[in-house]
Amino acid sequence: MKPVALFVTCLVDQLYPRVGEAAVRVLERAGCTVAFPEEQTCCGQAAFNNGFQEEARVLARRFLDVFADAPAIVAPSGSCADMVREWYPHLFRDAPALLDLARSVASRTFELSEYLVRVLGVTDLGARFPATVTYHPSCHGLRGLGLRDEPLGLLRAVRDLRFVELPAAEQCCGFGGFFSIKFAALSGAMLSAKLDTIEASGAEVVTATDVSCLMHISGGLSRRCSRVRALHLAEILAGS
Amino acid sequence: MPDHPTRIDLIRNIERALRDESLQRQMGKAMPASRRARADAVAELPEWESLRSAAAGIKDHVLADLEKYLRQLESQISALGGTVHWAFDAAEARAIITDLARSRGVRRIVKSKSMTTEEIFLNPALEAAGARVVETDLGEYVVQLAGERPSHLIAPVVHKPTEEIADLFVKKLGVPRYERPEELARVAREVLRAEFLAAEMGITGVNFAIAESGTLVIVENEGNARLTTARPRIHVAVMGVEKVLPQLADLSVFLRILARSGTGQRASVYVSLLTGPRRAGETDGPEELHLIILDNGRRRLLADPDLRGALRCIRCGACQNECPVYQHAGGHAYGSVYAGPIGAVLTPAYEGLERARDLPFVSTLCRACADVCPVKIDLPGMLVELRARAVRTGLASWRDRMLVGAWTFFTRSPARFMLAGSLGRLAQRLVARGGKIERLPYPLSGWTAHRTAPVLASTPFRTWWKSRQGEGR
Repeated sequence: MKPVALFVTCLVDQLYPRVGEAAVRVLERAGCTVAFPEEQTCCGQAAFNNGFQEEARVLARRFLDVFADAPAIVAPSGSCADMVREWYPHLFRDAPALLDLARSVASRTFELSEYLVRVLGVTDLGARFPATVTYHPSCHGLRGLGLRDEPLGLLRAVRDLRFVELPAAEQCCGFGGFFSIKFAALSGAMLSAKLDTIEASGAEVVTATDVSCLMHISGGLSRRCSRVRALHLAEILAGS
Repeated sequence: MPDHPTRIDLIRNIERALRDESLQRQMGKAMPASRRARADAVAELPEWESLRSAAAGIKDHVLADLEKYLRQLESQISALGGTVHWAFDAAEARAIITDLARSRGVRRIVKSKSMTTEEIFLNPALEAAGARVVETDLGEYVVQLAGERPSHLIAPVVHKPTEEIADLFVKKLGVPRYERPEELARVAREVLRAEFLAAEMGITGVNFAIAESGTLVIVENEGNARLTTARPRIHVAVMGVEKVLPQLADLSVFLRILARSGTGQRASVYVSLLTGPRRAGETDGPEELHLIILDNGRRRLLADPDLRGALRCIRCGACQNECPVYQHAGGHAYGSVYAGPIGAVLTPAYEGLERARDLPFVSTLCRACADVCPVKIDLPGMLVELRARAVRTGLASWRDRMLVGAWTFFTRSPARFMLAGSLGRLAQRLVARGGKIERLPYPLSGWTAHRTAPVLASTPFRTWWKSRQGEGR
């Protein structure tokens, strides 16, 4: 049994707990013992991306303390995992005492599909999901963590799942954290282009590795009264 | 009056662009086509990644010893009979060039495409000095006729559909309405030929300046830069300090990455290597060659360790083509000569963060730009750094401070986070209908203007987790 610490992310905790529950089931099915350090809150990305690095450092400090001794930290989010991996060492570049810890925690932090495929070597979780599904590769998972084949491999192994390609899949959906509120109309225009491709794909379900992008996409689908549903990858992998 | 007086109103510019259906249609066609062309051209080269590293390495090497290479370039050009002028800022550069035109009685000037001359607002200054200035790159010519500014580094008129160009030619040139791009190009060619023949001065930019030989390299596809440098009596070339390369051999890397990144070509159609003015016994080429080497904020950028990498930029436009924000906002929205991700870095750096405070924020940090940049500029990292500087210097808006302040207050401990959830669940009773929210008050109203918002779950994850642990699973 592989021990892992789940970093569930702030959005999942309060808005999409079913994604966290699915992530726990999937990890357990893959042979992990899941712990949930209850002192965790948010990785600080929302503040960091908006330029508030002091505030982000406070939250990053907390994350480092909470997960200092975790053997592996798994998050159902490419974006939060990327925040820890890419930016924590940057945030503490002038604080030698914390830099080592930041690097060490960063090296132990993984996005869920990344951990399953790259670390555990698992692609088939015995899931069944009878629907036509397309996949939006979230930017930070794709270009930050280099996740291309991992989520796709997991999806292909799901029974009764019909996979369809998403046109222009690698285009950003336009979420971008506070960007979606500050530049709401622009974010909406980028979203609209993404929704057009999702609907053109013929999928009944669009999936991704981040609830942040999915919150934006599903909000747009709902506003359009689209029949397409947005689900996190973990929810599909937990299907049986 | 300063060149850049007021704060760029990015939000208003973007809203205007989003309402412009013809712009949206045009960009929606042009940008994906440019992206595909680049991707195909790059995929042909297995050595692409090593070319990028080599290019970045050469640029860094030059930047680390910039003054040495610039002095070498100056002495080579002087030895060849050319003249080098140093311009600290845009005003100095304009003064040097207008003085050159005035002192030599120049009335007619042709120009080939140059973003650096756009940066220094050269054309109005020359016109005020009594010269007629004509842009000879087709796209720039259209932009000039329309009284606009270029919206893209290498495709200045990418924002304008062909039909609008057809109308513009009818109106400005009095020609019949031609609709095919080839016909429009033929019309422009006929007009411009007379300009080339009559011009006394040709003004160009410089893609690369070779220190060891004093060679100025100009890359183009229309042949107009070659004519601009060959026919008029005087050639004035304008370059930023960062354009210098140590040796001719370096070109083999840069010509390949520039053509493929910029236009998806294997090679650009015309590459002119200009080494000095006309020599005794030669029959063509300019009698005088003047090279203006411009600082205009570049050495300040060079001294900035977090941002100096932006000086590697070779103005290929790949980051613009790839950027989903640029595609929807268009180049003009950025309020300055350099648009897109590189513009969001250069404009604050050159014109001041106060004026351009919103620019670093107009990105989702999707990193598509960083993936395609042929000289590996860490554009997302620089945007993040500029955002932090904006916040540190008190330029963040009241709304940002409030949103981030509330966020960090409530995420500082699990107890506060749970409290926020409880308060949110109470508050959302006022706005939620059927498990979703269609309208939120300020400062979140931007979200629901374009999307439905989710409701907070009745049972947070950590509550579920506790009860699951309690059950002993």
